[in-house]
Amino acid sequence: MIPLNYYLLLSAFMFCCGVLGVVVRRNAIVVFMSIELMLNAVNLTLVAYSAFLGDVTGQMLVFFVMVVAAAEAAVGLAIIISLFRNKQTVNVDELNILKW
Amino acid sequence: MNLYDIIFYFFAVVTIASAAVVVFSRNIVYSAFSLLFTFFGVAGIYVLLNADFLAITQLLVYVGGILVLILFGVMLTTNVVSVEIKTGTMQTLPATIIVALLAGLLGGIVWTTDWFVGKRLSEVTSQTTSKEIGTALITTHVLPFEIASVILLVAIVGAAMMARRERSNTNI
Repeated sequence: MIPLNYYLLLSAFMFCCGVLGVVVRRNAIVVFMSIELMLNAVNLTLVAYSAFLGDVTGQMLVFFVMVVAAAEAAVGLAIIISLFRNKQTVNVDELNILKW
Repeated sequence: MNLYDIIFYFFAVVTIASAAVVVFSRNIVYSAFSLLFTFFGVAGIYVLLNADFLAITQLLVYVGGILVLILFGVMLTTNVVSVEIKTGTMQTLPATIIVALLAGLLGGIVWTTDWFVGKRLSEVTSQTTSKEIGTALITTHVLPFEIASVILLVAIVGAAMMARRERSNTNI
């Protein structure tokens, strides 16, 4: 039987991959995918806790995280597409139109 | 090492390798497609953790919805004329140091904490978790459920409003 630690280590690794992707990569869509990776890592943690606690409340939380992830994907990609239409780039270091 | 462990290690390796490819691949299409394998691996681990309904939902929502949306984003925002499909990195050294610190912190916490383990979910529930989830959705968690539907509606309207092409003669 796999102990709880292994699941948590796996999701910690996924979360760190996501953080590295958000910080390092220049393309906004890769940043976006890294955010999805982090959300998946958190979901995995919640499901692991839920399974080892014998309670489905963790899985309910995962549902709501999925809802927020879907909404975030739709709105974020709409922002990226309209940004690309205006600036012809999606590199995050070239987008400084919010800078005062 | 029984079959359960072998399946766990298989899905864990798939998830780890494809998560690394998502972050480190230079080609954005490779990143998008290895995200698919990450989602599949996580769905497999959900099945191992007695979250069968969530595994199906993961496949439907992430693979069927979000990944297709991301691929549309990739296709719409890469210049087809000047093939700029490779992407670079920035500030690699400080980011690596900080992420290594974060990884050490998370791994240390996970490894050294003596986690409380109650009865396994497979011992509590009968066979599937669908019934418990459905009951919880319309009894104890009914308010977050309704709020989630409102969030989805607002997100759809907002995304459609932002992504549509502006007409040049009207100023709405």
